[in-house]
Amino acid sequence: MKMSVLLRRGRRLTQTDKTGRILSGLGVGAANGLFGGGGGMIAVPLLSAQARLNAKQAHATAILVIAPLCLVSAIIYSVNGYFSVQIVIPAAIGNVAGGLVGAALLDKLPPVWVKISFVAVMLAAGIRMVIG
Amino acid sequence: MSFILYLLSGALAGLLGGMGMGGGTVLIPILTIFLGVSQHIAQATNVIAFLPMAAFALPKHKKAGYLKTEGLAYVIIPALISSVLFSLLASVTDGEALRKLFGAFLIALAVKGLISLRAEFSSSKKGGKSA
Repeated sequence: MKMSVLLRRGRRLTQTDKTGRILSGLGVGAANGLFGGGGGMIAVPLLSAQARLNAKQAHATAILVIAPLCLVSAIIYSVNGYFSVQIVIPAAIGNVAGGLVGAALLDKLPPVWVKISFVAVMLAAGIRMVIG
Repeated sequence: MSFILYLLSGALAGLLGGMGMGGGTVLIPILTIFLGVSQHIAQATNVIAFLPMAAFALPKHKKAGYLKTEGLAYVIIPALISSVLFSLLASVTDGEALRKLFGAFLIALAVKGLISLRAEFSSSKKGGKSA
């Protein structure tokens, strides 16, 4: 009884809502597990659409969804020998520092040139990785 | 020297991630293309580096009331299951193949990004507001 309340809380989820969320979860988990990232890029638009969240809510809630996925991937990758302490320590420190600055800037949503550059970088990097 | 390069890569990814764009989709290509890190190690670095960032960000977002957990178990539980399976699959996939697949994934995300940018442009034109 209590669990079912926790599962819906507030608005009652229809069967379609539930199915949509389960499929989204499967997709986000598959991408994030296989690629070690990018789950958030899928989760944000899905959360915005399905749970009708605004940009900030979707971004924040996506972190909550992705964090446990990253934890299980971190364990599985590390157990399989994919771990480099020399790389992960500076990258993690940088990530936290950059994240704090980025979050402070989030009060103003990123200007359009940042979004365009980001898409261009993804496209270039993607092509380079496919043909390189 | 490489410590600084890894630090800067992480910082750039964190900055983008904090602004609501994909941090990992930038960190992984920087590490593999420019710093010669293997695809598997780059992926492992990203998932681990995400955790302290999330530990800092989540309490702030909770306080600000941005976390919307209603019905979220329906997303998280299936996501965890597929994440375990696909992390295992990644671990046994050849690094070169994984890199190409990741590249294709980035291209797909970029195309999706272009489409939403285009929609944003046309709606701002209709609104008649020039920023």
